[in-house]
Amino acid sequence: MPQINVQDLSKTYRVAERRRGLVGLWRGLFYRTHREIEALKGVSFSLDRGELVGIIGPNGAGKSTLIKILCGILMPSSGACEIDGRVPWTDRIRHVARIGVVFGQRSQLWWDLPVIDSFNLLRDIYRVPEVRFRPTAENLISLLRIEQLLHQPVRQLSLGQRMRCDIAAAMLHSPSILFLDEPTIGLDANSKLALRDFIKNLNRDNGVTVILATHDVQDIGAQLLLLLQPLAGLVDIPYRIYFAHLSAGAAIAGIALQISWTVLFIVLGRLLLMHTMRRIQIQGG
Amino acid sequence: MGALGLYARYARASIKGQMQYPASFVFLTLGQFLSTIVEFIGIAALFSRFQNLGGWTLAQVALFYGTVNISFALADMIARGFDVFGPLFVKTGEFDRLPLRPRATVLQLLGHEVRLMRLGRFLQGALVLAIAVTLLDLSWGLPEITLLLCTIGGGVAFFLGLVVLQATLAFWTVESLEVANTLTYGGVTAAQYPIEIYSNWFRQFFTFVVPLSCVAYFPIVAILGIDDPLGWPRWFLYLSPLFGFLFLGISLLTWRLGKRHYASTGS
Repeated sequence: MPQINVQDLSKTYRVAERRRGLVGLWRGLFYRTHREIEALKGVSFSLDRGELVGIIGPNGAGKSTLIKILCGILMPSSGACEIDGRVPWTDRIRHVARIGVVFGQRSQLWWDLPVIDSFNLLRDIYRVPEVRFRPTAENLISLLRIEQLLHQPVRQLSLGQRMRCDIAAAMLHSPSILFLDEPTIGLDANSKLALRDFIKNLNRDNGVTVILATHDVQDIGAQLLLLLQPLAGLVDIPYRIYFAHLSAGAAIAGIALQISWTVLFIVLGRLLLMHTMRRIQIQGG
Repeated sequence: MGALGLYARYARASIKGQMQYPASFVFLTLGQFLSTIVEFIGIAALFSRFQNLGGWTLAQVALFYGTVNISFALADMIARGFDVFGPLFVKTGEFDRLPLRPRATVLQLLGHEVRLMRLGRFLQGALVLAIAVTLLDLSWGLPEITLLLCTIGGGVAFFLGLVVLQATLAFWTVESLEVANTLTYGGVTAAQYPIEIYSNWFRQFFTFVVPLSCVAYFPIVAILGIDDPLGWPRWFLYLSPLFGFLFLGISLLTWRLGKRHYASTGS
């Protein structure tokens, strides 16, 4: 039986339209026109326990929206979703006790406190008994090599250090599913590699289901790839969602797509650079 | 670990965080004590010139003044998370962190910060209350002490309820509304005096719309052992602090509504 079952999930946001100028501002106080933005449309898939899944797609493709729905903090406009028999958004407290979540842009930790204090607080928040907490924490601390950081306040950590601590924090209660939203954002090459290894091992050795949204295809050594893509690359236009329960072939196609974008950008950049340099030469000569 | 135990852990963590800057704590607390006590000295000066205010003596006013300041200081000390909810949690998207943890969001927000500098106002209120008690020569039996504690408890619940409402609005407006401050700070200033001295519409607003009189004026009239100049029956004066808790209950219900709205809009 699949662990995660998602059926025809859609999310539409209503956004108040702003008018230009003072008159518009004044009128906006009394009545507003709303525009509907489809962030997700008809996503369906099912996942087994212990899979490692990547969600990729450009900005605004609905990656975060999908993750938020699966975590239970956002209600979908329509569709159904069941995780280990729980409906995430109606069964929030029971659901979030069994999942771990890392947002790359946002820390779980207490800013002014030493890292270890945050860990201890999370132990009490998640009601983890000390006998289970101690070995889990020690294991995570050594795997993520954060022994030296435990007594520093979070605000003094570098981004890479903070991210390692954040991932440890998300795993302290031994969740069966780990959600990661752009965990490698802003990290240097070494930190990225270490993080990818850690996530892969976690999935392989502990059987934790990992769901990872990212821009960077290399983050995913995934068996599965979920592609979210806007129809014409424009944010306002309704999205079509491609879903692929992928074989290796389709995964390669996805990666090839990403690579071709990158190549295109590099070529364009080069051309622009050459153009400007020539102009400088002309002016200088 | 139960809710109370966890709250204690949050409080310890917050205090530890603030104690990283001990000098700042001392000066902020002292500053708040001095700036609020100056206000009372001003009132005392006025009374030495005019003897009474619509029939109320300085000692009686001090009892209102001290009680309401203690209530507000305590509420303000624990409700910081709700007070900064709009700009610090909704606007930044930080709020998403809270429902990701298997605990009530209200508990987590209460645990956000225990604002130690509010001890300044608390000390001022306690000092004024002590002055009132020494000057007044009341008989302090068990019923009076219980009623005073219930008044303070109801007051804390009332001010907490106001801040929770203010935070709830932020789910829709993003920014915390300054209007709410007129009710909290304005309410404190108004309730420092017996509400009987104000005009009728003002009194009714602070009784029937927001039940501020129920956690300040009414029970304290009962403690003073005088007949209510407004003519409310004695049994009501004793029961009135309950309305503070009722108000908090209603605020928490609207908070739930706000949360549901947030979960469906995500912004």
